[in-house]
Amino acid sequence: MNPAPSIVFFTVASGAGYGLLFWMGLLRPLGLVPGGAAFGAGAVGLALVLIMLGLLSSTAHLGRPERAWRALSQWRSSWLSREGVAAVVTFAPAGLFFIAVIGGKEWLAWWTGLLAAAGAAATVYCTGMIYASLKPIRQWHNPLTTPGYLLFGAFSGAVLLAMLAAFWGAAAVPAAIAALLGAGSFVFKRVYWASIDAAPPVATMESATGLGFIGKVRPLDPPHTETNYLLREMAFRIGRVHAARLRRIASLVGFAAPAVLLALALPMGGVPAGILALAAALLALVGLLAERWLMFAEATHTVALYYGVGEPR
Amino acid sequence: MTSLPTPAPGAKKLGLVIDLDTCVGCHACATNCKEWNTSGHMAPLPDRNAYSAGQEGVWFNRVHAYEAGEGEEGRTVHFPRSCLHCETPACVTVCPTGASYKRAEDGIVLVNTDICIGCQLCAWACPYGAREFDDDAGVMKKCTLCVDRIYNETIPEPQRVPACVSTCPAHARHFGDLGDPESAVSKLVAERGGVELMPELGYKPVNRYLPPRRAPKADAGPPKEAGPLPSRITNPLLRWVDKVLSR
Repeated sequence: MNPAPSIVFFTVASGAGYGLLFWMGLLRPLGLVPGGAAFGAGAVGLALVLIMLGLLSSTAHLGRPERAWRALSQWRSSWLSREGVAAVVTFAPAGLFFIAVIGGKEWLAWWTGLLAAAGAAATVYCTGMIYASLKPIRQWHNPLTTPGYLLFGAFSGAVLLAMLAAFWGAAAVPAAIAALLGAGSFVFKRVYWASIDAAPPVATMESATGLGFIGKVRPLDPPHTETNYLLREMAFRIGRVHAARLRRIASLVGFAAPAVLLALALPMGGVPAGILALAAALLALVGLLAERWLMFAEATHTVALYYGVGEPR
Repeated sequence: MTSLPTPAPGAKKLGLVIDLDTCVGCHACATNCKEWNTSGHMAPLPDRNAYSAGQEGVWFNRVHAYEAGEGEEGRTVHFPRSCLHCETPACVTVCPTGASYKRAEDGIVLVNTDICIGCQLCAWACPYGAREFDDDAGVMKKCTLCVDRIYNETIPEPQRVPACVSTCPAHARHFGDLGDPESAVSKLVAERGGVELMPELGYKPVNRYLPPRRAPKADAGPPKEAGPLPSRITNPLLRWVDKVLSR
């Protein structure tokens, strides 16, 4: 699948934003992150900015972005529509949460934070299900796809929260959570890769053409000599050629390095911890961009079978 | 509304039956489809660089050619690919706007380009590559089963079939109601063992492909030499010998 930059950026940015919102909503009532107005405004504000930048970026993938509001109508059948509804609905408690932490309204912040955390989790779940529900793309139609989106969103949000809390000199809890989630993500992604590497293609040229009863099917003449939309969008092969190297970059830079940096930052305090946490956050976001790019680039679509450029068997 | 309609018992399932035995790979279906649809329900169908390198455009029919099998069993098969108007099309249910829909009355899968946002999720959801994106209009386009021909009372009745069917010189394309077991297309599918494409994905395509017939088994031994016609044998004795030995 062709990795559209707008979607890669959208899922990473809004995933991190929803992750940050989730942890703020959950940890703030427990007093595990700094409770002041400045920290709250910074953390919830950063979350909302990332979410909005992501959603704006996602409209760049639309052919008719001015009609984007129509995407809220088909929540009965479409995970994309459900994601849109969940995102819009989550803005209500998230906005109130932002106002409450600035104004020091603790009772309001308590329950709007929890509602915002629930909305954030629901939105990212819908994002994952958009991909997980697409049967022709076996690397996405995988039981680990949606848990992956939730885990990586929680991880990147925790890293950002650890970074902000380190600036306030109180990073212990978010840094510990982020380091654990980073290690977990590292293992999880390896399990996912092993799973998609072991699984057979969802269909074959023989079943795609119905000609398997004659024997093995080979392409002879393509229907067109130039490229077309299907080949550009769904027969993208550059990523698979470099998959091994990109996997190392994504898992080491995106998950392992931030986990190690945050574990190192835990016993420290002050400026060194802040620098390490900042580096961890930058590495995590860069690694996640690579991971998300690869999630598209590695994915194969059954339509490529018709052009004889499907997966090798 | 992108939830699928509940089919009424005996509801029409309009679709195509494509005979891979007789398709000659002439691309007339693709050409006539483009001709009709670039001014029909889905009009216009873009063509970039139509007369130079880098030509690219939206087509609802793509005619592939494959080789299948080895040696004497091997076949060259021309393979037209278009929308299969599935009974449970994921391209419809993933649509967030309701632009994609399946008609309850005849099962045709259509796009309302007035409300399509061009998110292209439907193209990802279709395993068959039936949907192509129109970059100029920013919306998705697909085969309409020539909904603007088959019910069109302003054209002569014999022409009320999809453009690809009306133009096929090899009569390899058939159009009809696959929901009616007594229809000509259903009988053809039953007689020739018509197949679904990628049934393992579970979208229940309506269109069927008739497999190429097997070549008759060659007899063992060297090929027989054709003799002259009996009427051409002038010698009466030889004619009698030929007649006896030919029994």
